[in-house]
Amino acid sequence: MRISLAWASLIRHRSRTLLAVLGVAIAAAMLLDMVMLASGMRESFRELLMSRGFEVRLAPKGTLPFDTDASIPNVNAVIATLRANPDIEAISPVMGASIHVPVNGRNVSSATLGIDPSVQGDYELLEGADVKDGDALVANDHLLGELGARIGDTLDVATGYDPQTRSYTGQRKLVLSGRVRFIYGAAQQPASAMQRETLESMVEPERRNRASLFMVRLQKGSDSEAVRSWIAEQLPNVTAISIATAIAQVDQRLSYFRQLAFILGAVSLFVGFLLVTTLVTVSVNERSGEIAVMRAIGVSRAHVVQQIVVEGVAISAAGALVGLGLGLVTARYLNTILSAFPGLPMAIDFFLFQPRAAWSALGLLVASGIAAGIYPAWRAASLPIAESLRRDAIA
Amino acid sequence: MSRVVVALKDVKRDYPLGRESVHALQGVTLEIAAGDYVAIVGPSGCGKSTLLNLIGVIDKPTAGTVSIEGKRVDGMSDREATTFRLRTIGFVFQRFYLLPILSAVENVSLPMAEARVPAAERAERAAKLLEYVGLSERLNHRPSELSGGEQQRVAIARALANKPSLLLADEPTGELDAHTGAEIISLFRRLNDDGTTIVVVTHDEELATAARRQIHMRDGRIVGDAFEI
Repeated sequence: MRISLAWASLIRHRSRTLLAVLGVAIAAAMLLDMVMLASGMRESFRELLMSRGFEVRLAPKGTLPFDTDASIPNVNAVIATLRANPDIEAISPVMGASIHVPVNGRNVSSATLGIDPSVQGDYELLEGADVKDGDALVANDHLLGELGARIGDTLDVATGYDPQTRSYTGQRKLVLSGRVRFIYGAAQQPASAMQRETLESMVEPERRNRASLFMVRLQKGSDSEAVRSWIAEQLPNVTAISIATAIAQVDQRLSYFRQLAFILGAVSLFVGFLLVTTLVTVSVNERSGEIAVMRAIGVSRAHVVQQIVVEGVAISAAGALVGLGLGLVTARYLNTILSAFPGLPMAIDFFLFQPRAAWSALGLLVASGIAAGIYPAWRAASLPIAESLRRDAIA
Repeated sequence: MSRVVVALKDVKRDYPLGRESVHALQGVTLEIAAGDYVAIVGPSGCGKSTLLNLIGVIDKPTAGTVSIEGKRVDGMSDREATTFRLRTIGFVFQRFYLLPILSAVENVSLPMAEARVPAAERAERAAKLLEYVGLSERLNHRPSELSGGEQQRVAIARALANKPSLLLADEPTGELDAHTGAEIISLFRRLNDDGTTIVVVTHDEELATAARRQIHMRDGRIVGDAFEI
């Protein structure tokens, strides 16, 4: 009876109920987005780092991978040292450089990676073939677009370009063998990859046998922190970064986002709370006579409160459900905008839907709706019956 | 005299009004027997409604004792008073106070639902009560679809839902025209003839005259108590 009474009461003022649900939905959507933002980038970054199974990365001492132009010398010696550890399954040295390709009298530049195709973890092949031989090159869509090239085309690729004399150095003819997507590549960034040996053959001699980054895959069940410590001891001229330390560094850099998300999330929750409180208070004041009569004919105080609280819960729950959809749509839209932020890997999601966090946030909103309804309902049900009837009659 | 249903002894009720105190009832002593039909009359502000509220256990006296069906009700807790009202007292108000979101039969069923009467039983009894008050054709109508007289008859049926031993009515014809008011007066008479104890507060002379006993009040005191001869 109480649920049907609450339902009937809500549909009695359809427009008001609809507006209240919409208001709560907007607050819920914002709360959900803020929860997704607070942990999304961190989780997304973690998933990104884990996606190819490389638990440890080695960068030049004091830097993060590709943060600077610095590189690690003696690639072969580093590999030999790392192979001494039985917990290490595979090692992928990566050399970073720039390439320049003349196209119809203009220069097209791109970042390029020199990799070992058998253990690389930087890109995934979308079409064509990987860089199986020394004359092959793979490129992402952005670079293919700038070059106006197709798979199978032969390109004059150089690692040096002087814009004043428009001359190229370190040139070599490479065949475009495949179309790829770089996992850590930033949006709108033209990028390519070739065998590390190929790239070394094109750069100055002093840049050979050097790597910008080593990606290390561990045996299943290995302790990545233990291996990281071991590497730090064995190779004092490199910075070894495990996924945990990388995430800690990302966390530090993203603290601004988290604080912003926390504040806006708290504001959304408070707005939702105020909205339901206002609506329930208005509804209760409007029905003070009705409530007094219910009490007079023997309806208990608790049952009156329950009915009014059910109304608050219904509004909050409906608002939370609509807000879930609204939040996901806005998060997707905002994600598209933020993912285009220069310098960030395209695969990073700012807003990541994590069911547990999302349900907790929406549950909190519904709980705040219940809390918001209890006080005005209890106050109304506790007013002296005779006095309420007299006031209602006068009104 | 038959069994006493209502017994008030030296009842006083004061209300604070700013720094002053209004003495709404100033020592009322009264007994109402089972099967009585009592009209409480008097000018506005004489304490009629206050007296009815005390008998209906929706207010508490400042001093004195109130007993209904032999039970002291003036010291009851809110929970006890609520249960007592549910089982023992039926209320009819001037403004009907039906829940606009419920149909006639649902409005009548509400006190029975509160008393945990099984759904089938309360639907059957609600229909019977509405038939008793002449609304068998209006069971599923909402209050907004009923006339004032019909709404008041639904309110009377609701008041009778849990078979109360006492029916209280505060100006039950106050918002009705003369013809509809007469129908309600007739219904009260029929209810009383069938054994219901009724106490009405009214300015309506016809309603007061229909009662078997008239209690006249002035300035918070009973100044006259006349039985029909």
